[in-house]
Amino acid sequence: MIHYIIRRFLYAFPLLMGVNILTFVLFFIVNSPDDMARMQLGQKHVTEQAVSNWKQQHGYDEPLLWNANAQGEEKITRTIFYQKSVGLFLFRFGVSDSGRNIGADIQERMWPSLALALPTLCVGLLIDISFALMMVLFRSSYLEHAGIVLCVILMSISSLFYIIGGQFFIAKLLRLVPISGYDDGLAAIKFLILPVLIGVFSGVGSSARWYRTLFMEEVEKDYVRTARAKGLTETQTLFRHVLRNALIPILTGVVVILPLLFMGSLIMESFFSIPGLGSYTIDAINSQDFAIVRAMVFLGSVLYVVGLLLTDISYTLVDPRVRLS
Amino acid sequence: MVVLWTDALIFILCFGVLGIAFFLRGKEHIKRPLQKIVHSKVGMASLVALLFFVLIGLLDSVHFKPANNKSNEIISLLDYWATPLREHGEKTYSAPFAATLFSKEMMTLADGTTQWGYPRLDFGGRHLDDPETQHLPDVLKKTVYGLAQGVCLFGIIMLCCLGIRRIWQGEKRQAFFLSATAKSVWAVVFIIVPLSYALIYLSAYYHVFGTDKVGEDVFYQAVKSIRTGLVLGTLTTLIMLPMAIIFGILAGFFRGWVDDVIQYIYTTLNAIPSVLLIAASILMVQVYMANHEQDFTSVIVRADMRLLFLCLILGVTNWTGLCRLLRAETLKLREMEYVQAAQALGVKQSMILLRHILPNVMHIVLISVVLDFSSLVLAEAVLSYINIGVDPTTYSWGNMINGARLEMAREPIVWWSLSAAFVFMFALVLAANLFADTVQDAFDPRRSGG
Repeated sequence: MIHYIIRRFLYAFPLLMGVNILTFVLFFIVNSPDDMARMQLGQKHVTEQAVSNWKQQHGYDEPLLWNANAQGEEKITRTIFYQKSVGLFLFRFGVSDSGRNIGADIQERMWPSLALALPTLCVGLLIDISFALMMVLFRSSYLEHAGIVLCVILMSISSLFYIIGGQFFIAKLLRLVPISGYDDGLAAIKFLILPVLIGVFSGVGSSARWYRTLFMEEVEKDYVRTARAKGLTETQTLFRHVLRNALIPILTGVVVILPLLFMGSLIMESFFSIPGLGSYTIDAINSQDFAIVRAMVFLGSVLYVVGLLLTDISYTLVDPRVRLS
Repeated sequence: MVVLWTDALIFILCFGVLGIAFFLRGKEHIKRPLQKIVHSKVGMASLVALLFFVLIGLLDSVHFKPANNKSNEIISLLDYWATPLREHGEKTYSAPFAATLFSKEMMTLADGTTQWGYPRLDFGGRHLDDPETQHLPDVLKKTVYGLAQGVCLFGIIMLCCLGIRRIWQGEKRQAFFLSATAKSVWAVVFIIVPLSYALIYLSAYYHVFGTDKVGEDVFYQAVKSIRTGLVLGTLTTLIMLPMAIIFGILAGFFRGWVDDVIQYIYTTLNAIPSVLLIAASILMVQVYMANHEQDFTSVIVRADMRLLFLCLILGVTNWTGLCRLLRAETLKLREMEYVQAAQALGVKQSMILLRHILPNVMHIVLISVVLDFSSLVLAEAVLSYINIGVDPTTYSWGNMINGARLEMAREPIVWWSLSAAFVFMFALVLAANLFADTVQDAFDPRRSGG
């Protein structure tokens, strides 16, 4: 087990290296620092002087990969690749193009993201599973049919409409909660209720339908028939046998996204102006702040790799048939 | 005639689908799932609705430069037929079916005095002499009139079909023509034909869905957006399919280092948050376009290039899921007896891949193509909201929502842009979801029993 985890950690390294090189190619080679400077300073009427000043200020005035003018090991270290990309491995995110410390920003902003994403996940999971179980309990009846139709309808509506509709009816017409905003500590709850509710609601359609198929696959298996033959009632078989076995794929599906919760939900945070990492990313995209985007790409891929590792481990914990080697 | 990049790809796709259909006609193993789709009420009904959308999309994909036009404008066949809609712009917002503007203005009367009130629209309800009294009866009258004409048109279509069937087909087909599936198809046609006829008829007199901030007809915008949605939903999969199929099958079949490399590639791509990858690439395209302005002479060419590029990037971020599925399936298939037998008989590996593996994973490809379609249409709206979707000048539901969102704070609220985008998007995505369900039921061997 320990060996396996160590090996997976070593495997993560080339993966992150790949991500790093890919983002480097995207941000520096295809899209040269000159282009970036022009974009930041305004497209037209930019003098060469202004461009080189901007590059100097933000540290983009070095060669990309190989500094022929420098001495010794500085040939490698005094390049954009070394200064901007290698530092990410040590979680040194550097300074954004607007001059703020990215690492500090991320640390500050990940808590609101988590405060929004974690309740959404938990409540959502609870509701999705109970909805799916209800459908399975009343299977091949009109109730199940209505449930499936409802799911398809719910998943055919864009999440944007859920957000706009929720903000309009609950916050603006009924005035139950504030439309948007955020506060520190417990005062944040009243700002978080609506986004969590909408987040849960917009996910119900597809997840409940997916969980239903998982349950239905289990229901037809032999051990369930045995359980029924043994004299257990339908609800007992569902909760004791079907639910437990179907939880394996559900749990592992959830574990993958657990680390990514820190990244926050882009749309939700920017609509409700919650100062999390999601809205941070959107702001960076809109203001074309490449340093932040690069940092977020790296952070996202690290969390993804952690998620993969956690999935593998959780498989062995919940399913004794799986052995890691 | 001007052929844009996406137009060309769409027509290639159409001919490709027709060609494959021609090639597979009468093949026994494909007949059974097709029969299942044909006998599914929901499936056929949603297919008809989808075809209706596709028809509009295709009409909107035939671009040309009008002959009597001085400007460098490129329009499509749909634009040509909707010329009145396109050119009947108002000054600013007006509500659906309104005869006056949405907000009060200072207006000059005929006798030279000025007055504070709602000015009449330039085009919507222009035929009315006195909007105060005539407006509502006229709207009702025109709606009933349009619907009645639509129903008549439907009746004519139905009679024609009946006549053709009677001449051409035998007894058995007759029975099918009156089956439950046929009834559901006719029901959908009965909704679509009169409704669209009435909408077209009414839009000659009123702005059926109102006008937006710059006075453009919202109905026209929503109809134009259909093409954008369809292009994104179909071309993206077209672009990703070759990559996913080749990599997936190779990884599963050869295993070893090929498998390792391919797995490494798709895990790396998966690890990058897809929104950020799309954002980075779109920013890149913007820079490229800004530096090569001379290559993009017309707005529509520029917007089209960006649309195509968005498809490309969505394809790059989306192919990994299908690739993984295909790899797993190929891993299973290569241990099957018939593949082993082929290997034992000395069939070349490329032949095994082509003749034995590829046809047997095709059902997974088909299912994932139809399943992806609706999620791509939905994704477009979200991406346009973050400004990394289609070009702001392209008509798309995402852009409509984005424009209307800022007006939600207005009092009274401007709701029609959002509603129009909602209705059209919901209809397309719902039809696509229902059809995808039917296809999955028909082609997925695991679900055929249940």
